[in-house]
Amino acid sequence: MNAYSVRPTGPMVIDIENITKDYVMGEEIVRALRGVSLQIRRNEYLAVMGPSGSGKSTLMNMLGCLDTPTSGRYEFNGRNVADMDDDELAAIRNREIGFVFQTFNLLPRATSLRNVELPLIYAGMDPEARQERATQALTDVGLGDRIQHKPNELSGGQRQRVAIARALVNNPSIILADEPTGNLDSKTGEEIMALLEDLYQRGHTIILVTHERDIAAHARRTIHLRDGVIEMDHPGFIPELDAAVAS
Amino acid sequence: MKRFLYELEESWRIAYAQMRSNLTRSTLTALGVIIGIVAVTLMGTAIGGIQVGFDKSMAVLGDDVLYVTQWPWKPVDDWWNYRDRKKIQTEYAETINRMIAATPNSNLMVAVPTSSLMRSIKYGGNEVENVFTLGTTSDFTVTSTIDCKEGRFFNEIESRTGAQVVVIGYDVANVLFPSESPIDKFVLISGHLFKVIGVNARQGTFLGLFSWDSMVAMPLAAFNKYFNLKNEVDVRGQNQGESDVRVKVKDKIKLAEAKDELTGMMRRVRGLAPEKKEDFSINEQQAFKSTLDPVKNTIAIAGLFITGLSLFVGAIGIMNITFVSVKERTKEIGTRKALGARRRTILLQFLIESTALCLLGGFIGLTLAYFMCFGIGKAFPSFPIQFSFGLVVASMIVSVLTGLISGFAPAWSASRLDPVTALRYE
Repeated sequence: MNAYSVRPTGPMVIDIENITKDYVMGEEIVRALRGVSLQIRRNEYLAVMGPSGSGKSTLMNMLGCLDTPTSGRYEFNGRNVADMDDDELAAIRNREIGFVFQTFNLLPRATSLRNVELPLIYAGMDPEARQERATQALTDVGLGDRIQHKPNELSGGQRQRVAIARALVNNPSIILADEPTGNLDSKTGEEIMALLEDLYQRGHTIILVTHERDIAAHARRTIHLRDGVIEMDHPGFIPELDAAVAS
Repeated sequence: MKRFLYELEESWRIAYAQMRSNLTRSTLTALGVIIGIVAVTLMGTAIGGIQVGFDKSMAVLGDDVLYVTQWPWKPVDDWWNYRDRKKIQTEYAETINRMIAATPNSNLMVAVPTSSLMRSIKYGGNEVENVFTLGTTSDFTVTSTIDCKEGRFFNEIESRTGAQVVVIGYDVANVLFPSESPIDKFVLISGHLFKVIGVNARQGTFLGLFSWDSMVAMPLAAFNKYFNLKNEVDVRGQNQGESDVRVKVKDKIKLAEAKDELTGMMRRVRGLAPEKKEDFSINEQQAFKSTLDPVKNTIAIAGLFITGLSLFVGAIGIMNITFVSVKERTKEIGTRKALGARRRTILLQFLIESTALCLLGGFIGLTLAYFMCFGIGKAFPSFPIQFSFGLVVASMIVSVLTGLISGFAPAWSASRLDPVTALRYE
């Protein structure tokens, strides 16, 4: 029931072909990714799963343009990002990617509004427009009455909502959520997942990195990573299949 | 450009929030800068004061006056060559004045003779010992700036007739006449009565350099009548009295030509054959300055260097705290980078944090220094101290530079952080 009713046919957002990533750890070379190819279209809802050490985090860093691959091709909205420098990557992250972290990563001394405004400041937007957009984003996640609160005056669920508003505010091509419910109780976690579902329904592209099956079950497409390669890429979430893979 | 401004504004906001939330730490760190700025600023005021006092003392000499003397105004190693030179006679002035009148387009204006010795001056029960007593002509006012607080300098008639009148310095007047006007009173110098006709305005003393405040001046004719320079021998057998001739130059730009002209005249006065060396010296203010300037500059450089060290220590404190701040907020840096902060943005943020601390320290330090200067000025009026607007600007610039320099290394390391590593940092 979770599978796409219609196979997404929107324009390609992410096109990865055979990327690898090696890390040098002392004497050893760790091959975190050993040739991953992946295509993500607009308005997909994708879950990336895999045990720790599978290359899940590395893939996420690549998708989020926080890091560049050792080899392979990576096109984001048709632009090759594999050999961009730091500042170009920063611009991509600013405009095209909305990050949602497990630990929320809000600035502790800034109000919700200022936290949400931050990506707009880095984008160089006028103060008035900035404030309007940020207020709107906070209202969209149901925090219209909390814009002057600081993170320590908010509950965990509310903090993650602020983080989601911050991810949304620049209207990015993808929302990259890394274990978004990892620090929340299950009830609050469900609320956050409902919010993500809502965003998906409104046309956003969501990439969810998680190791929890219940959470991954919300996605319309799941990929499993193991030892740096995609072991399985299937639409929807099939519990039996997933159990077989996990075992 | 607009983005840069927004980032700048954001950085100041963060810096402010950061200082407020780490109040103790910020205060202690700023204290280092405060001490440094106070030290440097006070040293600056002292150097400024020395310069002003020095210039004031130099102004007495005049920058357009040549001094014909037996000894040169610079340290000499071969003093024996100068010791036996003939004394300068006050009569030379008249001869030189005649020569000036006879020379068309002369660069010289007028020659003024002066003789001086040390004398005690009494009035009533008050006495001042060892007062620099000067005999000269009324033309003295041409070579030196005389500014009478009360009364006047003696005129040409008094000068020629050798009237028994004196103009006294500010300090002398203060001691002899603590509660009354000295004008038209008679003071006793070596048993002779002189009428006070003028009191000089206060000039201030500095490093024991000559000052009008402790002098008296009288007509040369009267001076010669009552005092004999040849008898002025102290216990060591050295002559205390001295005569010289000062010559005012028409145009100080042509000082060198004027000096040559005067040298020629003096050679004729002395009747020197062309192959003979000069047996007199012609000095100018500049010569005096050039012997004192190195001393003054050494004091300034050494002083600024030593006080600069304390500022340096303050800067190290700032650098240290900025490193700590970068370390503490590694994760925040990661988050900011994930949200699109570029290297420059992060660099700017931490530079502004360190600069804000230094500016705060600089501002407090400057305020303290101002009040300290004010206090010192009140407590020791003679101590030269000069608090200027330029100094304020300079200290603020120094504060900003200190912040930028000490913050650069930590800010640079922050901007270079790998976003992945920074985000994962706990």
